[in-house]
Amino acid sequence: MSYIDIQDVSRNYSQNGQTFCALQQVNLRISRGEFICLLGPSGCGKSTLLNILAGFDKVSEGSITIGGAPVTKPSVKHVTIFQNYGLLPWRTVEKNVELGLESLSMPADKRQKIAQKYLSLVGLKEFAQSHPAELSGGMQQRVAIARALAVDPEILFMDEPFAALDALTRMKLQDEISAINRSQHKTIIFVTHDIDEAVVLADRIVIMTPNPGRIKTIIPVDLHGQRDRTSPDFLRIRDHVFAEFSLKPADTTEYYI
Amino acid sequence: MKHAIHLIGALLLVLISWQAIAWLGGWNEALFPTPVRTLQGFAEILADGVLLKDIGTSLYRFLLGYTTSVLLAMALGLILGWYQNIWAFLNPIAQVLRPISPVAWLPFIVLVFGIGDMPSLVIIFLAAFFPVLLSTVAAVAGIEPVYLKVAQNFGIGQPQLLTKIIFPAIFPRIATGLHLALGTAWVFLVAGEMVGTQSGLGFLIIDARNNLRADLLMTAIITIGVLGLLLDSAITLLEKHIYRRWGIPERSNA
Repeated sequence: MSYIDIQDVSRNYSQNGQTFCALQQVNLRISRGEFICLLGPSGCGKSTLLNILAGFDKVSEGSITIGGAPVTKPSVKHVTIFQNYGLLPWRTVEKNVELGLESLSMPADKRQKIAQKYLSLVGLKEFAQSHPAELSGGMQQRVAIARALAVDPEILFMDEPFAALDALTRMKLQDEISAINRSQHKTIIFVTHDIDEAVVLADRIVIMTPNPGRIKTIIPVDLHGQRDRTSPDFLRIRDHVFAEFSLKPADTTEYYI
Repeated sequence: MKHAIHLIGALLLVLISWQAIAWLGGWNEALFPTPVRTLQGFAEILADGVLLKDIGTSLYRFLLGYTTSVLLAMALGLILGWYQNIWAFLNPIAQVLRPISPVAWLPFIVLVFGIGDMPSLVIIFLAAFFPVLLSTVAAVAGIEPVYLKVAQNFGIGQPQLLTKIIFPAIFPRIATGLHLALGTAWVFLVAGEMVGTQSGLGFLIIDARNNLRADLLMTAIITIGVLGLLLDSAITLLEKHIYRRWGIPERSNA
């Protein structure tokens, strides 16, 4: 049995008597330590699926188990990282990282030690006493990553975490999260609409399509270690993904992702 | 520097028109004072300590009434904002009470609390209470969902959710209510002190009127205005600090 097991999951929303199908019959199995990218255009249900996995939303049909147990509510073992960081602006960077540890009845000096450790990991040790508003977007997202890692979760759910960052910062953070996936052995489910991002990060790319939201194909990425965005292998897989979205030049469909 | 020029210009404008009105009106100086006469009156009650004593009394009542009111309103607003099903019952009551001028309650307030400090305290309390309560309830309802998700994710339950996450998260929005309430409460302080008390700036106005001392009346009016401005500037500074800390772009004319 796989670590995360998504079976026949559908999610319907009803609004003004009309039913809207955000997810239809989704099946996916994920192994421990895997880096999965959910890739697709707006409305394909990728964020809905992530929200359900993280316990913020419920399935209409089907079932999801993580480590054999059904998902019913959010857990500190599965931490979500949001696009707008979700940092608490009234707390210092260090106190933000300590947030998740405060519910674990842990002495204050131990909390601080752990916060320091993960702030160094993301290269922000000297900003421990700053407030989030004083940091750039990329630094704020690093704080959010440190805060998530501080509670030593098994899974990181990432909901378009780098979408608001400029291109160069985004690539830097992609390399960092990829390294964290390898060094910290976390399972990562990463939602994105950026094809290059998915190819850089994922062990498997799950391609989703809208109306109704469902999985179209799953592309395994057989690149290992740190990936070179200009290598022929990288371009080959990127090509493959473009073809899946019918974005190859021969096609006339207009598709903005 | 530019600010100082504006200030001096405004002051000159007021003094000139004031003097002009006094001349053109041709009223008895006991009924409408000139600027010079008012300055003399000001010097008189400043020297004998009456003015400072009344300012002290009024500020004491104001700070006590305002602080009690906003603390209670914020606490109640947090709870009611979170438990919207209770608020649904209380909301109509608040909406009916809110537009009533606190002064209208005066006869009942005097009946219940007697005279002395209490009537003006109660009036300040009422004046500050509703703006803060309503802005707190609205702010809780409109909180950024991401804060709640983060709290849920890290297993933060009540009451820590209210104290650690929700209250600080919405504080910038409550601060607007605090600012509004400060102005309203200050306006009603004077009204409260005009009745049922023998001290404070409101009483100074009544006393000056009864003794046909228009110069002291004008002194009291100007003092109330200047103190109100100072209180407002103080809370504006606080607001700016909060906006900076929370990373919210300042409104240009805040």
